[in-house]
Amino acid sequence: MKLHLWTYEGPPHVGAMRVATGMQGLHYVLHAPQGDTYADLLFTMIERRNHRPPVTYTTFQARDLGADTAELFKNAAKEAYERFSPEAMIVGASCTAELIQDDPGGLAKALALPCPVIPLELPSYQKKENFGASETLYRLARGLSDPETAKDRTPASCNILGPTALGFRHRDDLREIKNILKTLGVRVNLVAPLSARPSDFARLPAAAFNVVMYPETAESAARWLEREFKQPRTKTVPIGVKATRAFIEEVAGLAGVDPAPALDDPENRMPWWSSSVDSNYLTDKRVFIFGDGTHALAIAKVCRDELGFKVVGLGTYSREYARDVRALAKELDVEPLITDDYLDVERAVEACEPELVLGTQMERHIAKRLGIACAVISSPVHVQDFPARHSPQMGFEGANVLFDTLVHPLTMGLEEHLLTMFREDFEFSDEAGASHLAAHAPQRGPVPQPEPAPASSESPSEAAGSLWEPAAQKELKKIPFFVRGRARQNTETFAAERGIHPITVETLYDAKAHFAR
Amino acid sequence: MNAPTRHRTGGCDRPILRERGQREVFCGLTGIIWLHRKIQDAFFLVVGSRTCAHLLQSAAGVMVFAEPRFGTAIIDDRDLAGLADANDELDRVVAELLSRRSDIKLLFLVGSCPSEVIKLDLAKAAERLNGAHYPQTRVLAYSGSGIETTFTDGEDACLSSLVPTLPSADTRQLLLVGSVPDVVEDQFLRMFAEIGIENVAVLPARTASALPSVGAGTQYLLLQPFLTQTAQSLEARGARHIPALFPFGAVGTRGFMEAAAAAFGIDKSRVDAVIEAPERRARAAVARQRERLSGRTITFLPDSQLEPPLARFLSEECGMEPIEVGSPYINQKIVGPELDRLPSTAILSEGQDVERQLDRVRANRPDLTVCGLGLANPLEAEGLSTKWAIELVFSPIHGFEQAGDLAELFARPLRRAERLQL
Repeated sequence: MKLHLWTYEGPPHVGAMRVATGMQGLHYVLHAPQGDTYADLLFTMIERRNHRPPVTYTTFQARDLGADTAELFKNAAKEAYERFSPEAMIVGASCTAELIQDDPGGLAKALALPCPVIPLELPSYQKKENFGASETLYRLARGLSDPETAKDRTPASCNILGPTALGFRHRDDLREIKNILKTLGVRVNLVAPLSARPSDFARLPAAAFNVVMYPETAESAARWLEREFKQPRTKTVPIGVKATRAFIEEVAGLAGVDPAPALDDPENRMPWWSSSVDSNYLTDKRVFIFGDGTHALAIAKVCRDELGFKVVGLGTYSREYARDVRALAKELDVEPLITDDYLDVERAVEACEPELVLGTQMERHIAKRLGIACAVISSPVHVQDFPARHSPQMGFEGANVLFDTLVHPLTMGLEEHLLTMFREDFEFSDEAGASHLAAHAPQRGPVPQPEPAPASSESPSEAAGSLWEPAAQKELKKIPFFVRGRARQNTETFAAERGIHPITVETLYDAKAHFAR
Repeated sequence: MNAPTRHRTGGCDRPILRERGQREVFCGLTGIIWLHRKIQDAFFLVVGSRTCAHLLQSAAGVMVFAEPRFGTAIIDDRDLAGLADANDELDRVVAELLSRRSDIKLLFLVGSCPSEVIKLDLAKAAERLNGAHYPQTRVLAYSGSGIETTFTDGEDACLSSLVPTLPSADTRQLLLVGSVPDVVEDQFLRMFAEIGIENVAVLPARTASALPSVGAGTQYLLLQPFLTQTAQSLEARGARHIPALFPFGAVGTRGFMEAAAAAFGIDKSRVDAVIEAPERRARAAVARQRERLSGRTITFLPDSQLEPPLARFLSEECGMEPIEVGSPYINQKIVGPELDRLPSTAILSEGQDVERQLDRVRANRPDLTVCGLGLANPLEAEGLSTKWAIELVFSPIHGFEQAGDLAELFARPLRRAERLQL
C-alpha cells in the first residue's frame, strides 16, 4: 500500500481504452463497477473527442456480488455486439472485477459471438496505463494478423506502430512521420492502433519493417512481429534534429532507399534558430526534465546538444525505461530520478533550482508553485496540451516546435540583462516578475514597495541570518529572484568550506567568481 | 426491470421508469473534490486502487493543489495476499500521513470498490486508528465505492458518518444540512437571523472543531436532496426533518424559508418582510433568462439527484418543458414535493441504461440535455446542446441571490449556440 496524491499513469484498462478509442470498429467490454465510466471523460473532455469511447461497462453493484456478475457480463457483451456490430471485441476486467474473478475471456468465448474476441489480462494491482496500451496492441497483433499476407511483402514498405487516442501530440507526430516516409518513397502498409480497423491488422505481416513511434505502447508488439515475421523495427525516436536525421538514415537503411531527399528539408529551421546570436543567452540554462521514458530521454538530448542547455535533473515515471534513463543521467552527470511519486519530483525540482522545468502537467504545477518557467513535453497532459493547431514533437517541424516551446517560457536575453542592471527599478521588482511571464510570476504581495520585504523563501533563513552582513544581504537582493536562491546557496557553501564568517559583499563576489560558468 | 411501475409520489401516483444497465455516472468518491475544500482541516484518504486515484485527479481536472487534502492509499498485490498485512499497511500509511500533516484534525478513511470487495473493514480500522491518534486527529470511515454509492451519495455517506460523533444537546436549534459554498451558507445564516431563528448551525461545518451539536431540540432542513442516509442518522439522534422545497429559484427559496419559519412558530409576515428585497432581485434576475429558456425542452440524464428540484425550478420559474427527468435515485420522502410540481408530461426515470436513454434523447431531441462529462461532447457533435451536470454541484446555485446565475447556467449553452457563426 502506498500513498499517492497524484498519479502519472492511470490503471492498465485505461491503456487498453487508449488503443480501442484510437481505432475504428473495435469494441471493448469492460467488467467494471459504476464509476469506472469516468475514463470516458479523458477522451471526450481532455482530448475533445466527438464520440464516446467504444466501451461497454457492465456496471455491477454490491447487490450483484452475491448473485451472478458473470451473467451480467455475458448480457453486456451480447448486447454490445448487437448494438455496435464491431469487427472484433476485446474483453477484460477493471481492478474491482479482477478481484471477483469472473474470467471475462472465458465467458465471452462461451457466447460464441460472430466476431473475433480477444481477452485481455491486465493485472491492475501490478501494472499501469502504458503497460495496458502496449499489451493490448500486442494481443491485437497476435490475435488478428494473417501470416499469409507476408508473401506480398515489398521492401520499401512499413507499418507505423504506437500512436493511440489521448497520446501527447500523437496526431501531429504521425503526420510528420508519414511525410518523412513519403519523401523517402516508403509505402505505409498500416498505421496502428490510431485509425486502424481490426480487419486491417490482418495485413501487418505484409510490411518489410516496423516504425516504432512510441516504445511505451509499441515495443512489445514490434518485438513479437520481429520474431514472428522477421520484420525489423526502428529504434530511433525522431525527436530533435539529430534524432530525426538518425531516424531518416535508419529508415532508409531498412527500406533500401536514399536518405538524402528527406535529410535535405528546407523546413528544418531549428539549427539556425539555435545558432543565431540571439540564442547565446540560452547557453547553460539550467533545465530539469521529467516525463515518460521516451520523451524524457529525447528531450534531454535535445536540450544538451541542440539548445546548449545544462540538464540539472533527469527522471522518468516509466520504470520500463529506467535503465536507459540511468545511462543518460550518468552521461549528463546528474542523479537519475526513477519514481512515480509526485512529491519526490517536487523535492528534486526544488533541490536542483532549475531555470526551466520540462515535464508533465504535474510538473507544470510544481513549477508554477515555485515560480519557475515550464513547458510540457510528456503525458500526462491536460486539455490545453491538445492544441487545435499542428504542433508535433517529431521530425524537423517537431524540432522547430520544440525550439519555440522550450525557449518561450524563459526570460529573454536582453530582458535578463535589464533586470540585473536595474534591480531597484520598481517595475523590475521580484513581485513584478518578467514582463511576459504573468502566468508564471510568483505572487508575493502588492507592488511597488520602496523597501521590499524580503521574500522569505529566497532571503537568508532566520538561522542563517547571522551568517550574512546586512550589506551583503542587501546586495544579494539585487540578484534576480530566479537565480537568487542558487546564488545564496553557492555563497553559503563557499563561505562554509572556507570558514568565512560573516558573509560580506566581498564573499558574495568571491563566490560568484568561483562558481562562474 | 425496465418497465414503468406505479409509485406513490407525494400526494399523487405517477409512473417512474426504472432502468438497469450501463451507468454513465461518477461513484461516491467524487464528492471528495468539494468536501475537502469545505471542511478545511479534514483529509480524505481513499483506500483503493490506481483507478480510484486516477478518477479523483481526472474529476478534479485542473484543480491541482501542490499537496491536496485528499489522497489514495493504493492497494497492491502484496496487500491482496493477506488481509492482516493490509491493515498493518494502512496503519503505516496513516501514521506517515499524520506525522507529515499535523494540520489534519479529521481523517476520513474512504472505502472503494476494491476495499469493499476484499472486505477490508475500514470502520474497524478507524476505531483502531482513533486509539492511536485521537484526540489530535479523529478518524472516521465511510464508503464512496461505486458498487454502493452514486456520485453525490458520497457526501451523504460522509456526513452520515459524522452524525454519531456530534455532541449531544437538546437546545432548540435549526440545523442546515449539506455542503454549499461558503458565500451561500452565509446568506442563509443572515436571513435566518433576520427572521428571528436564534440558533442556526450547519453540517458540515468549515472545521472539524466547529461541528454542531444535535438532539431532540434539533429541527433540520436539507440543503441538498441527496442526503437520505444523513437524514436517517439525524433522526436516530432525535432530530426532526422540516419538509420543504429545495432552495432553488425564488419559489423554492421562499418555500424553504417559510417551512423553517413555520417550524419555529415565526409569523409569515416576518418572513415576507425579510425576503422581500432578495426575492424581488431573484425574480428579476430569473426573468432576464426566462426569455431564452421559455418553451425550450430539456432532458436530465441521471447524475447528482439534484434533477427533480432543478427540473421544478426550470419548468415553474423559467417556463422550460422537461421531457425526461432522470435521477440515480428518487427518494419520495425528500423530493416528493418537487415531483408534485412537475408537469405530468415529464417522464421520471430512476437508475440508468445509458444506451436506451440516449436512444430516447436522440428521438426526442431536447433543446438542452443535462449530462455528465463523458457524454457532453459526443452529444454536441450530434447537434444536441448540453449542460455539464457537474457544474451544478460545483457552482453557487442555491438561494435568492444565485437564482439568476442558476438560470443563466442553463441559458448559456443556448445563447452560445445562437452566437457562434461557424
